[in-house]
Amino acid sequence: MKHKKVRLISRLDIKGPNLIKGIHLEGLRVIGDPQEYAKKYYLQGADELIYIDIVASLYGRSKLPEIVSRTVEEVFIPLTVGGGIRSVDDVKELLRAGADKVAINSAAVQRPDLINEVSRRFGSQCMVLSIEAKKQTDNTWEVYTDSGRERTGIDVIDWTKEGVMRGAGEILLTSIDAEGTKKGFDIDLIKAVTEVTNIPVIASGGMGSFSHLEDAIKIGDADAIAMADILHYERSTIPLIRDAAKKAEINVREHD
Amino acid sequence: MTSKVVTIIDYGVGNLLSVKRGLEYNNASVSITGDPDKILKAERLVLPGVGAFANGMSELNKRDFIDLLSAVSLKGTPILGICLGMQFLLDQSEEFGITKGLGLIPGTVQAIQPMAQDGKKLKIPHIGWSNIIKPRDQDVNWSGTLLEGTDETSAVYFVHSFMAQPAISNHLIAGCLYGDNFIPAVIQSENIMGCQFHPEKSGKVGLKMLDNFLGL
Repeated sequence: MKHKKVRLISRLDIKGPNLIKGIHLEGLRVIGDPQEYAKKYYLQGADELIYIDIVASLYGRSKLPEIVSRTVEEVFIPLTVGGGIRSVDDVKELLRAGADKVAINSAAVQRPDLINEVSRRFGSQCMVLSIEAKKQTDNTWEVYTDSGRERTGIDVIDWTKEGVMRGAGEILLTSIDAEGTKKGFDIDLIKAVTEVTNIPVIASGGMGSFSHLEDAIKIGDADAIAMADILHYERSTIPLIRDAAKKAEINVREHD
Repeated sequence: MTSKVVTIIDYGVGNLLSVKRGLEYNNASVSITGDPDKILKAERLVLPGVGAFANGMSELNKRDFIDLLSAVSLKGTPILGICLGMQFLLDQSEEFGITKGLGLIPGTVQAIQPMAQDGKKLKIPHIGWSNIIKPRDQDVNWSGTLLEGTDETSAVYFVHSFMAQPAISNHLIAGCLYGDNFIPAVIQSENIMGCQFHPEKSGKVGLKMLDNFLGL
C-alpha cells in the first residue's frame, strides 16, 4: 500500500451562482446551489473541494469570492478555487474570502510569469496549475484554455515542466476528451504527466465507476482524484468510493 | 457560559477567515486584528501563516510584532502558531538562506528530505492528509494538549515544504510520517504551541483541536 493517502476531491463547476455540469466542458446543465453540495460533500468526508467558475475567464468578474466566503462558513476542508484569475490581486481576494489555493489556467498560458508571481507571493502550495488537455492524432496532448474552447498550440508535457519550474505546487489535470463521458480518465495522459513532475497531480474528468479511480491511481500514479457528476447525480457517494478504495488497498483517510 | 475570546493576528497574508470560522464553530468570540494594543491584551492568540518564511517574518517585523510577541509570550498568553505560523515560533529557518524567527521555542526550520530510502523521490510540497503519531522512543501524553481526545488514527491536512524541528525533544508532542521523514506536527513549550497542519481544514478532528486550544 502506498504510504501517502490519495485524496478524494469533489469538483464543483460553477456558472454565475449555480453548480453546473457539462460534457467535454460544454453543454451545461444547472444542478443546484454549490453551497448545499459543498456542505454535503464535506459531511460525507470529501478530502478537499475544488470550485471552478467555468465562464469567468470569458466574462471577467465572477461571484466566486462571495460563494467562497459563504462556503467556508460551514466547510472545514481545503478549498481550491479557479476561473478567471488574472493577477496577484485576484488571488489575494480569493484567499481572503477563504480559499486555500487557486487554480489558474488561461491567464497562466497568456502570461506564464503569473505562476512565478503567485508562488513567490503566497507560496507554491497555493499555486495550482490547471491544465486542460486534448489528445492529438499523434498521441500527444495539446493545452486548451477557456474551459476547452481555445487551443494554444502548447504541448501538455512541455507546459507541465515549465509550470513546475516556475513554481506551481500542484497540477489539476483535466482531460477534455474524457470529461463528462463517464468512460474513465485518460490514463495515458495522467501517466505522461506524473512521469515528468515531482509535484502532486490531481486527475480530473471522466470518472464513471470506481475502477476508473483505481486505474488513475495504480496505473496513472495520480495523487488525488477530482470527481464531479458521479457525485452530483449520486451515481456514487464519497463513503462508497472510500470503502471501495480501502478494499482495493488504496490508502485513503479514515473518516468518522 | 461565556464564550472564549481569541485574537487572530493579521499581518497581511493568508486565509484568516477559515481559522476564524473554525474557532467560532466552537463558540469562541473571535477578532482579527493587527492592532498591537489588542494583541498585547489578548486572552488567546492565533498566529496563522502561509507562504514563504522570509516574506512572513518581514511582514511581522514591519509591524513591530516581533518584540510584541515576545512580550505576550512572557505574560503566559496561550499562542497557537498554525503552519507557517508554527515555523515562525522557532529560532530560524533555512528556507532560501537563513532567516531569523521569533525564537519562542528553540529549534530550526528545515527542508523536508525529498529522497526516500527506497530511492523513490517524494513529492514536495507535502500536500494531503496524514495521521498524527507520537514521537519515536518517547512517551508523550496527549491529554491536556491540543491533541486531547484524538488518537493515532486521526488524519489532518498538511501543506508545506519545510518542517519545524524543535531542539528540545520534550517540545515535540506529535509528528507524522512522510517517506522516511518524521515531520513535527505539534510542538509545545508551556503556553507556546504550534501545529504544522491546518486544524481549520482538517474536518471534525481539526475542529476538536481548536476546541482544545480554547480550553487551555
